Amino acid sequence: MADTSDIKKGFKLLLDGVPFAVVDHQFVKPGKGQAFVRTRMKNMMTGAVIDRTFKSGEKLDKADTEERTMQYLYPEGEARVFMDTQSYEQLTLTNEQLGENVHYLLDGTEVDVMLFEGRPIGVTPPNFVELLVTETEPGFKGDTSSNTTKPATLETGLQVNVPLFVNAGDRLKIDTRNGAYVERVKG
Amino acid sequence: MEAVRRFFAERDFLEIDTPALVPSPGLDVHLSAFEVRDPSGQAVGWLATSPEYQMKRLLSDGAERIFQICRSYRADEQGEHHEREFTMLEWYRAHATSNDLIEDTEALVAHLAAALDVPAAERLVGPWDRISVRAAFEQQAGGVVDPQDEDLFFRTWAEKIQPNLGHERPVVVTDWPRSMASLAKLTPEGTADRFEAFVSGVELCNGFGELTDPAEQRRRFELDQAARRAAGLPVYPIDERFIAALERGMPDSGGNALGFDRLLMLLTGAESIQAVMPFPAERL
Repeated sequence: MADTSDIKKGFKLLLDGVPFAVVDHQFVKPGKGQAFVRTRMKNMMTGAVIDRTFKSGEKLDKADTEERTMQYLYPEGEARVFMDTQSYEQLTLTNEQLGENVHYLLDGTEVDVMLFEGRPIGVTPPNFVELLVTETEPGFKGDTSSNTTKPATLETGLQVNVPLFVNAGDRLKIDTRNGAYVERVKG
Repeated sequence: MEAVRRFFAERDFLEIDTPALVPSPGLDVHLSAFEVRDPSGQAVGWLATSPEYQMKRLLSDGAERIFQICRSYRADEQGEHHEREFTMLEWYRAHATSNDLIEDTEALVAHLAAALDVPAAERLVGPWDRISVRAAFEQQAGGVVDPQDEDLFFRTWAEKIQPNLGHERPVVVTDWPRSMASLAKLTPEGTADRFEAFVSGVELCNGFGELTDPAEQRRRFELDQAARRAAGLPVYPIDERFIAALERGMPDSGGNALGFDRLLMLLTGAESIQAVMPFPAERL
């Protein structure tokens, strides 16, 4: 059994059967009163962020979670199939569970799959992925510095705003943490 | 440190030095002291949670203006604004009210801000806001909470009130519930003559119009002991020499205990007290 002294960034605990990951925390002791640990945490199933205040010393249930590196294989209906690169074990996550991350999966992409009590609940893709532009308005030659952007559709269906010089067929580096364009990749 | 000493010297305060190893620590049920044992395992005392008892004994002995910069120790307190070993700046004025002590605090912080000359310190200068505990609850939490329900009172305080205090300029919170009077006297209105200053949601200091009645002080200590016993916590002895000093007579006085590391943090705009300490526990 854990207690509030175990709370640190990334600590995973169970609240009403739901796993939460600690994002931020602060020890507060108001005047001459009871001490508390003010905690901000992310629901690992839905991504929703909540604030919760624990009494200092309060017992906590540690969430039984595990992260495994896996390779994305192929889509299967409204879901995606992944394979453990060591055990060759395969598992499936629904597009709903994957959320935005579904747009960062290409054949062979390595991701960290989060398991809760042995069941997959989500993935963390690499911080950056390279994706091909399938559709965008034609670019203006020579305009490489403008702050103006236009929408583009990438091979996975992701919509991003890109600079005007980007053309269909270009490869782009995308930051998966905010879904933003980083740069055009040569070659 | 030098600027602090100059501030108090200019105001005729005497710097004093009281022991860290004491026969009785703070009795408050929410304070936890380090017990000290000799090599044979015999308990010899505790590390002081604050120098309050000894400093007040000096007031009874005739000292009128005293200050001290010392290490104080609180087990179980560790976080961005807490270290188990930290530096306390504590001062007392005989024949003074808590209002005199609030004015001392404002002047001290202005003096240090000028000495440091950093932009982050500017908003700490000037008269501070004042608000009663009742008004703070009404404004920030939509109503008062019965202080008898300590859990809800402090949970509401920690979640909804304290984080919002003192962002534009420091704010002094006065008129605490009488059950939280500790070593403070009561005001004519029946609240505790106790004040705490907050800057950016951080408690900077805790001051009292001091309780001088030995019988009432003993009664409160006994209540603290009973609360500790009921909570299964170690029951610390009452400091009888402190009670005896009150019996001899202590003048009406004001005192303030200020977290020096927190003040440095706030003056310099640092993110934590560890950032302004050369050797916090994690780097020791």
